[in-house]
Amino acid sequence: MAEPLLALDSLAVHFTVGSLLAGGVKVLKAVDGVTLDVKPGECLGLVGESGCGKSTLALAIMGLLPPTRGRLALEGRDIKTVDRMATARTVQMVFQDPYASLNPRQTVRRTLADPLRIHGVTDKAEIEARVADMMAKVGLRPEQADRYPHEFSGGQRQRIGIARALILRPKLVICDEPVSALDVSIRAQIINLLLDLKDELGLAYIMISHDLGVVEHVSDRVAVMYLGRIVEQGSWQEIFEDPRHPYTRALIAAIPDPFHRAVVVETAKAKGEIASALNPPPGCHFHPRCPLKQDVCVREVPALDPVSPGHLAACHFRDLAGTPATALRPPR
Amino acid sequence: MRMPRLRLKGGTSLWIGGTLVAVAIAVAVAAPLIARTDPVMDANLMNAEIPPGLEFPFGTDAQGRDIYSRIVYGARISLTVGIVSQILNSLIGVTLGLTAGYWGGWWDDVVTGLTNLMLAIPSLIFALAIMAILGPGLSSLLAALGLTAWSYSCRIARAQVLSLKSQGYIQAARILGYGDLRIMFTQVLPNILGPLIVIATLGMGGAILSEAALSFLGLGIRPPFPSWGSMLSEARDQITTAPWLSVFPGLAIFFTVLGLNLLGDGLRDILDPQSTTRRT
Repeated sequence: MAEPLLALDSLAVHFTVGSLLAGGVKVLKAVDGVTLDVKPGECLGLVGESGCGKSTLALAIMGLLPPTRGRLALEGRDIKTVDRMATARTVQMVFQDPYASLNPRQTVRRTLADPLRIHGVTDKAEIEARVADMMAKVGLRPEQADRYPHEFSGGQRQRIGIARALILRPKLVICDEPVSALDVSIRAQIINLLLDLKDELGLAYIMISHDLGVVEHVSDRVAVMYLGRIVEQGSWQEIFEDPRHPYTRALIAAIPDPFHRAVVVETAKAKGEIASALNPPPGCHFHPRCPLKQDVCVREVPALDPVSPGHLAACHFRDLAGTPATALRPPR
Repeated sequence: MRMPRLRLKGGTSLWIGGTLVAVAIAVAVAAPLIARTDPVMDANLMNAEIPPGLEFPFGTDAQGRDIYSRIVYGARISLTVGIVSQILNSLIGVTLGLTAGYWGGWWDDVVTGLTNLMLAIPSLIFALAIMAILGPGLSSLLAALGLTAWSYSCRIARAQVLSLKSQGYIQAARILGYGDLRIMFTQVLPNILGPLIVIATLGMGGAILSEAALSFLGLGIRPPFPSWGSMLSEARDQITTAPWLSVFPGLAIFFTVLGLNLLGDGLRDILDPQSTTRRT
């Protein structure tokens, strides 16, 4: 097995909120002990509801938020010992909002050429060639290089964002909801572009999304996150065809199915809303919404233990197979 | 009949303001050429307090000096004070505000505290104190006005940085390995320039008014040298008997400050790239 490109070992990011004067200090455990790895060339889908800590995890991996504890290793080396510039050439990020993620006062050329200059590419012809090449790769015409972001549509802006992430030739790209801000008609184009680039450049992705449809389409492996913890992790088939955590089943049951190809199993749906990360329920965080809840769920935190090699689930009833989220409707 | 539509880039306020400021600057630069007499030396008590007329378009003062020539020379002082003091204020305020907003932490606390302190002291009183220490004159006037009014641009800059800091492109720049200074000056500053330019041009008008106030109080430009403020100061005893002594310097201040304010507004409009779409 190849050495993991990125390895997280019980990584936690906590924030303190409030003050001693106003209601007391509370600790917000946005990411609470996440262990994950990403191998070269693979796409890991990271799924979860809004507020479960996906984006915080992304920012921590990018070094924008300091981890409270745990280890983050890039190509086997602790990220704290790796030079910031070397990290930049290894991991990059595509942002959710294509409108806020491009500097409105920089042309595309500058957005793409400046990082090269900062990373020591001084030859003008080389910079020019790499910018033009990258624009072509993401499907932009080179003559659009001197335009400003507001002259582009949302989908084109996201292409610029992808070009910027790839201009330093990284090995891992974290895509934080790369299509959720785009029109539905554009999403497939951007997803396919990301997949083409992955094959062409041998990239690894962490695809963060709350949209299981997207994750199902692109991911080799999937990790499901709930309130700062990974609750289930496994290959694409294992997650979608044999989900062992009731939260995973609830997510799958919630995929819109306009053509009613499947019958949603009513008990698979999650009740209520995600709890506040400031005041998570004791034991298994999911128990207030869980159809399988027993007393043990309130008392004990379930460990993320294997169901089968490579398929992990953090549920006391992980071996209770055969409660599918959906059943195929018999053909009429 | 259809009137041809006049399309002005940046709108009318930019053009009216720009014209007023350009006229003021042109007058200041060309003062020796367009002044009719020497503003200080050509006193002639025989001509004292002549109302505006053909011989003296703006009239004469108590010493018989031509008001028009004195206003022309006064433009040099007013504009120098306005422009130089605002450059000083902006440099101090933007540097402090940008670094405080971006770095946060103890530095932010220090800068915010200092800003609040500066805002709590009436700036004219502060300027008076500096003038009292340094003594009257142009350079102490520049120091008094250029070091006391930076808190506005500092506050604006800091608030703008705070709202921009979480934008994706700032995060992207950090991820790409941009240094802090590079992010501040290439990513943040160009995007907060609009309001800062408006603040600076408004401040120029304010500085011209403060110069007038200080000169009026006798702490700015000393007679017999002409500044619009000192002319107003000298004219205050004759405001009922010879109103032209105060009306014309007052109008000069009014139009220059108005021009600066309109210019600031207009500049903000064209500095925003979203307001001008290029055609392909």
